[in-house]
Amino acid sequence: MSNVRLEKVWKRFGTTEVIKGVDIEFNEGEFVVLVGPSGCGKSTLLNLVAGLETLSSGNIFIGDRLVNDIPPKDRNIAMVFQSYALYPTKTVHKNITFGMETRRVPVAEQERALKQVTELLHIDSFLERKPGQLSGGQRQRVAMGRALVRHPDVFLFDEPLSNLDAKLRIEMRTEIKKLHQQLGKTVIYVTHDQIEAMTLASRIAVMDNGHIRQFASPETIYEEPEDLFVAEFIGAPSMNIVRGRIRKKSQYVVEVIDEEGSILFPLPDRLLKPAAAREDQEVFLGLRPETITRKGAQRPSANMFSFQRAIDVVEPTGPDTMLVFTLGNIEAIARVHPEDREQAGAKYAFEVDMGKAKLFDVKTGKRL
Amino acid sequence: MSRTAIDGIVRPKGARNKVLRVLLFFILGLFVLYYLLPLFVMVVTSLKSLEEIRGGSLLSLPRNPNFDAWGKAWDSACVGVRCDGLRPYMWNSVAMAVPAVLISTMLGALNGYALTKWRFRGADTIFALMLFGAFIPFQVVLLPMARTLGFMGLAGSVAGLIFVHTVYGLAFTTLYFRNFFIGVSDGIVQAAKIDGAGFFRIFFHVMLPMAPPAIVVTVIWQFTQIWNDFLFGIAFTVGDSNPVTVALNNIVNTSTGVKEYNVDMAAAILAALPTLLVYVIAGKYFVRGLAAGALKG
Repeated sequence: MSNVRLEKVWKRFGTTEVIKGVDIEFNEGEFVVLVGPSGCGKSTLLNLVAGLETLSSGNIFIGDRLVNDIPPKDRNIAMVFQSYALYPTKTVHKNITFGMETRRVPVAEQERALKQVTELLHIDSFLERKPGQLSGGQRQRVAMGRALVRHPDVFLFDEPLSNLDAKLRIEMRTEIKKLHQQLGKTVIYVTHDQIEAMTLASRIAVMDNGHIRQFASPETIYEEPEDLFVAEFIGAPSMNIVRGRIRKKSQYVVEVIDEEGSILFPLPDRLLKPAAAREDQEVFLGLRPETITRKGAQRPSANMFSFQRAIDVVEPTGPDTMLVFTLGNIEAIARVHPEDREQAGAKYAFEVDMGKAKLFDVKTGKRL
Repeated sequence: MSRTAIDGIVRPKGARNKVLRVLLFFILGLFVLYYLLPLFVMVVTSLKSLEEIRGGSLLSLPRNPNFDAWGKAWDSACVGVRCDGLRPYMWNSVAMAVPAVLISTMLGALNGYALTKWRFRGADTIFALMLFGAFIPFQVVLLPMARTLGFMGLAGSVAGLIFVHTVYGLAFTTLYFRNFFIGVSDGIVQAAKIDGAGFFRIFFHVMLPMAPPAIVVTVIWQFTQIWNDFLFGIAFTVGDSNPVTVALNNIVNTSTGVKEYNVDMAAAILAALPTLLVYVIAGKYFVRGLAAGALKG
């Protein structure tokens, strides 16, 4: 049994509250990603699970064991750090076996575990080198090797890829995912990179300011964000959030007014009920950039709605081109095919899939 | 910055710059001369006989150089009533400096490690207080320390001197190691904790192997300080337990008999030789250690 359960966990440093009453349970074999902006407490939460920080109040269970007062070495966890944290004066070999030496594992068994892990990670060719002689990717592998030889119940990753360059990061990302599929151990992975979170996680916990805002599968987080914070944090470029007012015309619409005139976004059936309850009140309308394209470019559906706006800026990214335009006093982004681009300043016929539109309460930020 | 990195920088050319450059090196050469002149006089004088010293000029080279004065300074010059030269006092100094350097360096390393990697409430205050110790003029502590040594039964002994130097070296050694270890990533200690290592295992197997630059700097600094110390030596030891600095003073300042300048000079050089040796052997590590803070781990 190696699920991890946190009950009403609080962490205070002096008067600063970093973790504010977190209740969460990670299932056995699950790959959980803790994601959030810097300073949201995600690394602190990981350190609490590792035992590198002491709880202010609450309980942490690993399996059935209450681990509040159990030191890191006895929690049967392994951790990979952002800075790799390899022992600089030891060879790769000694880096990996140091923990086993400390626990007085017989040498023959150490060698066997070392061989197994280094072959798995393809680091067996430079066992006698020091960390200083390795590249970033190799160091990261060694750090993972050091974690793997422990055969821990739970793996903890603290932003392990942030120090790598973009290409290597994607490679290692895939490798970590493969490794998890092979080993099937519980993984808790901290990152501020929402793409890493989306690609790796079986479930994502979005954190903000010491709270868990939402804990769900990547698809749910993306398509059904709990509130404005989650909606804006997940997705790149992030969701366009426009202030508008609900009106009742032939159907319920969100009226967005700006200098270029007003646009009436028709609401899909799914949103009729909350719309009816808020007639003539302000709401936030959330439209993901990829749901806004050139007119006629998307698969036709009942909820397509087209409108015109002038393009302010054109940003090609390669596979897609971002068109920035003004909508209700924000800079909205549409994600179109590169061949659909137009010059900046041109009038452009956009089309949005209102079936994927979201509404948020202005006061609470909750999704309606 | 390495030498090659500076070599490549483009310098302005032209006659004016050439003149300035020559001037620069002329002035530097002059300073070098000033600096080396006393050493030159000492070496030259120690190789002359007494008659030659009285008759000749200070700067002239010895006519027939010999090491008689060195021999006398080493084992037959009179310190007070005892005429064994510097030799016994030299061993006193070694017996004092080596343990004092080792103990204070070791404790400093332990302090620096505990203050940075096992942060506890009040760690900063304790460090500030220890640092304060580095600024206390030693004259101030002479009397209380004499009382303390008397109380401990260490008065007038080499062991007492080791104790005093260890205590007053701690401020510096702690400072050096604290500043070194603060640059070591906390993640390394956390990783070692997860690997199951405790306070001392982390210290001896992870931290200390990383610290040679800090160790070398500290050892050189401590050795120089302790070897060259005169104040504590003269205050806390008597006669046979004097360190070499005190013995040297007694040889040179003797008020009876003929003033043997050549022996005095030879004795002074002998007394200074160990620190010189430490610099020559460990000098490059010293510079490396000072620069180590700028290196990435």
